Amino acid sequence: MRILVVGGGTAGTILANNLARRLAAETRSGKVKLTMLSASDRHMYQPGLLYVAFGQMTPDQLYRDQAGLLEPNIEFHVDPVRQFVLDRKQVKTESGKTYEYDLLVIATGSRIVPEETPGLVEGAETFYTEAGAVRMFRRLREFQGGRVAVAVGVPHKCPIAPVEVMFSLHDYFKSRGIRDKVSLKYYYPINRIHTIENVAKWAKPEFDRLGIEYETLFNIREVDPVNRILKSEEGIDVEYDLLIVIPAHRGMEVIERDKLGDGGWIPTDRNKLTMNGRDDVYVLGDTANLPVSKTGSAAHFQAEVIAENIASIVKIGAPVRDYDGKIYCFIEAGHDRATYAMFNYMNPPDLKPPNKPMHWFKVAYNQMYWTSVRGLL
Amino acid sequence: MSEVKVVDARNTFCPGPLMELISNMKHAKVGDVIELLSTDSGTANDVPEWVRKVGHEMVGTEQVGDTWHLKVRKAK
Ligand SMILES: Cc1cc2nc3c(=O)[nH]c(=O)nc-3n(C[C@H](O)[C@H](O)[C@H](O)COP(=O)(O)OP(=O)(O)OC[C@H]3O[C@@H](n4cnc5c(N)ncnc54)[C@H](O)[C@@H]3O)c2cc1C
Repeated sequence: MRILVVGGGTAGTILANNLARRLAAETRSGKVKLTMLSASDRHMYQPGLLYVAFGQMTPDQLYRDQAGLLEPNIEFHVDPVRQFVLDRKQVKTESGKTYEYDLLVIATGSRIVPEETPGLVEGAETFYTEAGAVRMFRRLREFQGGRVAVAVGVPHKCPIAPVEVMFSLHDYFKSRGIRDKVSLKYYYPINRIHTIENVAKWAKPEFDRLGIEYETLFNIREVDPVNRILKSEEGIDVEYDLLIVIPAHRGMEVIERDKLGDGGWIPTDRNKLTMNGRDDVYVLGDTANLPVSKTGSAAHFQAEVIAENIASIVKIGAPVRDYDGKIYCFIEAGHDRATYAMFNYMNPPDLKPPNKPMHWFKVAYNQMYWTSVRGLL
Repeated sequence: MSEVKVVDARNTFCPGPLMELISNMKHAKVGDVIELLSTDSGTANDVPEWVRKVGHEMVGTEQVGDTWHLKVRKAK
């Protein structure tokens, strides 16, 4: 059986390694062939971008060599897919090769599309790319005081990041002794300050206590970078001195081009994690059009389910497990404290008060991630 | 041509029904209708509030069993 994994990020790497270990005997005997195609020879720990934006990590610390993260029985090529020919069970790559498969896994992730919002590229800082995070840090260092606006596009990956960046901004300006010269305001798309009700309930009094202002039902329409005005779909104009934006996301272009899913989001069965209408295509991570947040954590739990199911298909002819929507997210709460949100499709998270040990656990996880993507954790 | 697209946001806490609606509205054409399915009781208030504020149009609100069916037409 030929198993082809497209995408070597968090989702694809955990899945491939987990599967490689489960199917070690089958790959040795030649019964199974495991191949990964990706767009990069490097693997980035994306949550670290938030630390780069505050000068707490340098970009080189976020990367590992992708080939070195993979089990030896995975054949790895840096050769991005440029066309999915699902009816013929094939993908075509940039190098001109055609790969055939019996089972396909798509884990191509998502990308920010700031260029789709007028004025955003010129007017706003973002920490969602390496270059953006470095530039944002420079801007923060130069900043001597004024109005800082933080706004959030829809959809976006890592829904906790908007809240975390507010706490980080508060701590950063406080440590520089200029917090009293800075007004911090948060603009959020829906009618509470976080989409998860219990996170909103917890974060609101924290924001109040720290003097972080907020406005809800605010969806970014455009930015006037010359006059420094942020405009919303709801008709509100906001003047700013420094604008930080989490831009709207899309899936990868090839997904849209081949009409696998609107916006690059592939319609995916929420329990089986197969592409709707195709039992031979699994989808996970950011590119899945699932009603779960786009996080490394979701990708991790989905990867475990798919690995177990594909291994079972090879061994007993049927999948054994459903994905229940499980997510576990750390929430950095500022001042070296953190908490977490754990939930699934049916049970909302119950937030505990932040504490220091949880923060140190997150700091440790920043390194443990590399064990996790190897499928060992 | 205008279409009705169903967005199933039942039994989900994140990104949640209103976020799913906002996200789908972006890719819709003016005149398209999105039917949002939600099991969250707050949605019946949250969605019309946003729709009013942003200037789209509510074309239906109905509860069938545990599920809210909210139909919204993209107006701009
Ligand atoms: C600032 C920031 C903070 C974050 N914080 C957290 C956090 O605290 N907790 C958390 O759980 N998540 C967090 N995330 C989100 C997390 O990083 C992503 O959700 C996760 O990486 C998604 O995994 P993925 O495999 O779907 O996509 P990615 O990890 O982005 O991987 C996609 C892969 O697909 C490859 N690819 C792309 N196009 C092609 C193609 N055409 N052919 C072949 N390969 C292709 C890419 O090279 C890449 O290897 C954060 C993200 C950011 C940006």
